[in-house]
Amino acid sequence: MALINIILIILLSAVIAILSANTTGKGIITLSAVIVIGFISSFVAIQALTGTSYEVTFTGTVIFGKVPVSIDALSAWFILLINFTLITGALYGFNYMKRYAERRSEITLHCIAFLFVQFSLLGICSVQNGFVFLLLWELMAISNFILVIFNHNKPDNIKAGINYIVQSHISIVFIMLGFIYVAFKTGNYNFEAIADFSGHQSTLAGTVLFLCFFIGFAIKAGFVPFHTWLPYAHPAAPSHVSGIMSGVVIKIGIYGILRMLLLIKTDYTTIGYIILFVSVFTGIYGVMLATVQHDLKRLLAYHSIENIGIIGMGIGIGCIGLGSANKWMAILGFSGAMLHTLNHSLFKSLLFFSAGNILQAAQTVNIERLGGIIKKMPKTSILFLISAIAICGLPPLNGFISEFLIFGGIYNWLYSASLLSLMAIIFSLVGLVLIGGLAMLCFTKAFSIVFLGNPRSVMADEVIETGFWQLFPMYLTASLMILIALFPALFLNVLQGPVNLYINPVDFNLNFIEVASVKSLQIINRLFAVFILFVLGVVALRKILSRNKIISSAPTWGCGYGAADSKLQYTANSFVRSYSKLAKPVLDIEKTDIVVDEVFPGVKHYGTDPYDKIERIFIDKPVKLLNRITELFLFLQNGQLQRYILYGIIFITAVICLPLIAEKILTILKFLNNL
Amino acid sequence: MLSIILILFTSFFFTGIILRTKSITSGRKGPGILQPVSDVKRLFRKGSVYSETTSIIFRIAPVIGFSSVLMACLVVPFGSYKGIVSFDGDFIFFAYILALGKFFSIISAMDTGSSFEGMGASREALYSMFAEPAFFILIGSFALLTGKTSFYEIFSSLHLGSSITYMLGGMAAFVLIMIAMIENSRMPVDDPKTHLELTMIHEVMILDNSGFDLGLILTAGYLKFAMYGAIIADFFIGGLSLVWAVPLFLFIQFLFAVMVGLIESFMARFRMNHNPQFILALSSVSFLIFLGVLLVLEKFV
Repeated sequence: MALINIILIILLSAVIAILSANTTGKGIITLSAVIVIGFISSFVAIQALTGTSYEVTFTGTVIFGKVPVSIDALSAWFILLINFTLITGALYGFNYMKRYAERRSEITLHCIAFLFVQFSLLGICSVQNGFVFLLLWELMAISNFILVIFNHNKPDNIKAGINYIVQSHISIVFIMLGFIYVAFKTGNYNFEAIADFSGHQSTLAGTVLFLCFFIGFAIKAGFVPFHTWLPYAHPAAPSHVSGIMSGVVIKIGIYGILRMLLLIKTDYTTIGYIILFVSVFTGIYGVMLATVQHDLKRLLAYHSIENIGIIGMGIGIGCIGLGSANKWMAILGFSGAMLHTLNHSLFKSLLFFSAGNILQAAQTVNIERLGGIIKKMPKTSILFLISAIAICGLPPLNGFISEFLIFGGIYNWLYSASLLSLMAIIFSLVGLVLIGGLAMLCFTKAFSIVFLGNPRSVMADEVIETGFWQLFPMYLTASLMILIALFPALFLNVLQGPVNLYINPVDFNLNFIEVASVKSLQIINRLFAVFILFVLGVVALRKILSRNKIISSAPTWGCGYGAADSKLQYTANSFVRSYSKLAKPVLDIEKTDIVVDEVFPGVKHYGTDPYDKIERIFIDKPVKLLNRITELFLFLQNGQLQRYILYGIIFITAVICLPLIAEKILTILKFLNNL
Repeated sequence: MLSIILILFTSFFFTGIILRTKSITSGRKGPGILQPVSDVKRLFRKGSVYSETTSIIFRIAPVIGFSSVLMACLVVPFGSYKGIVSFDGDFIFFAYILALGKFFSIISAMDTGSSFEGMGASREALYSMFAEPAFFILIGSFALLTGKTSFYEIFSSLHLGSSITYMLGGMAAFVLIMIAMIENSRMPVDDPKTHLELTMIHEVMILDNSGFDLGLILTAGYLKFAMYGAIIADFFIGGLSLVWAVPLFLFIQFLFAVMVGLIESFMARFRMNHNPQFILALSSVSFLIFLGVLLVLEKFV
């Protein structure tokens, strides 16, 4: 109770202080408030993970009634990962935003919105009442919208922001529907009511209720086909906001799904299959589109969709494990999903921060105009490389650990499988492997075109390395990633708490070390060390053997052609050309073809523009239809103020009179009935 | 322990045997069997030339590539004898550590800024992506068949049931040979002896490597062949005693090398745009094996 009050007081005083401070002051206040609130809530979260969960009931107001607030292990896990990325994001943003110091009022708004994002995210993780949950959800959506449209002078960014906020509200509608349905049946908005209610209902009702919540949360998390806001919002936002959105804001959707799984008692197998199918589809579709993007931030945004797919696969496998009473499978699925949630929040924010460094140095993130950056910005490049390896799920980094757990879940499933589930196993196995392969294609492309070779434009040639303080939060993130890779047992121990919530009945003696795949991780750990030793050994050997040898440098072999310049290099488009030809039926790539018909052709431009086929079908077509319908009422909006006032008067009169008229009609009806 | 010694041993001769087979079938005298080893030895003693465009990536990539193959060798067992390490899901580690090596070889090719090497890198990335599902379905099927999830356990309990597993082993050998050909950039997919940069895949990626680095890349290639040969042999030597297993292992490796040589002598390389179809077809063969396993386990009832 006291803690919540302290957090509220810090928040309010920070907001007031931001309003009066100068630009640097605003940054410092925001940063310190984020850190202090982060530490207080993390303290509670750590306590919850070690066994003493935090529970208080707010007396609340007339509107809400009593509001229970509780932090159990699941909330705690998410609170910790949210805090880490928010703190590194705030540190990064503090330096990143220095460039915009002259835009005072916008920075004020930005700082306040940032604080509200943190507050609402933490609140969503801990509040146990549907009504307050929705309020916080709305607060998060709006403050995120403000963060996204910081660069509002570009019309595209405003468009992206509006797209985001509209879809966010569609998500709210679905979640609200779920809460209202339960409240209608039980008269209670608290989360316990959901658990009670679904316990006494048929499994069908439970499944429908879950699906209602699932769609709502899936829009936030970015599951295909509800993902279309994501590739617009992430590139439009300033880079630290993209990192936070991709790292933690979309994860709140995952939290919602996990929370509802805990509350709603229903047929887990069916739900599991649904989640698994949607997730595999999400993963493959996300990475397929990511591969053909030219805008680095947009590419990363599509990769978030892919990783949400991987997390969803873990959740799906966990659910099927619960449904079929396969304990190990459930443990591996859920712990893989939760660990991947943390992992993704780390490497994705790191990737976005690196992209931010490049954006500030080269003024563009169009990868076709970059190149050779590793020589000018070695630190950013290596950080990007580390996170690229991690996001591909390659050893020896943290992405491999969580994907290994999910693989373990799939192989554990094999033993208890029927014919149908075997097909599902093969489907998800191929899905996961293909996702990994495509991610590798995509990130070899992104890394090598952006950082390697020769600069493809003047802008890329003149970049300089980012300062230490902007790189500092990136080092923090990278070190946590390496820590997870080297000591996964540490993090899996922490995960026992949240995963245990799902195991039914709760197994207090559950020791993760017993799970075969976790045992394997201990060995893999040592293998990582051996691998690093091998690498160092071979490097040393090379040093020794080439001690007295001539090491010279020369131009790249040009097949006899000596005047090769940077324009002759392979481009991102050509790197994935054979892939995009193969994937043509799925992708939607618009080409502007060139026709050469003159004898002496002038300058010609040729371009390809990838578009999202699902967006065309699910968003563009309905919107077009809606537009056509609303056009019929266009005559109402004629720009005359008098008319608008008239509408207002008509509306007010109608509102006042309609009930009266209805009452009259009812009395007449009653009278007629009596006759 | 035995497996790594045997893999290292066979890797000395493997490429030599391929070259010898090719020279015999084409009626040439050809180099000695140990010629590839002396090539590498000579390269190790040479200095190197680095392109001015390249960065640290180019220098570290061959080392990582080589170490990743070595790490992958560690988990390969010898029939019913463990590799250096064996754990649940070691084949996932196997595939992913090899992928790490490939990741670095691709970006190192791109590091030179050469359009030829970019072309090779792009092809390699695409083909290896398509080859992965075949491997995972294959091992998944055998995991289902034996109820085990590590290389060593799968191979040592493979032939305890019926002899039909030998047939499945034969099909698996086919898939693995093809995967090995793709991973080593050999004939139906890639031609190591082509003279035109535009038609190369792997060779064009290492155009700029020289000296010690080139030696490392070649050694990694030899090791990779012997490693895949060992996995293929493992499908057949599971239940045998050492006296039979070692000669059979060597014989299978020899047969594999001769086969590679024969394929290279009598087959032309596929057209580049036919390669993905071919590689995807491998996944369907793997899927056939999976269905075969389902038949054996009587899941279709």
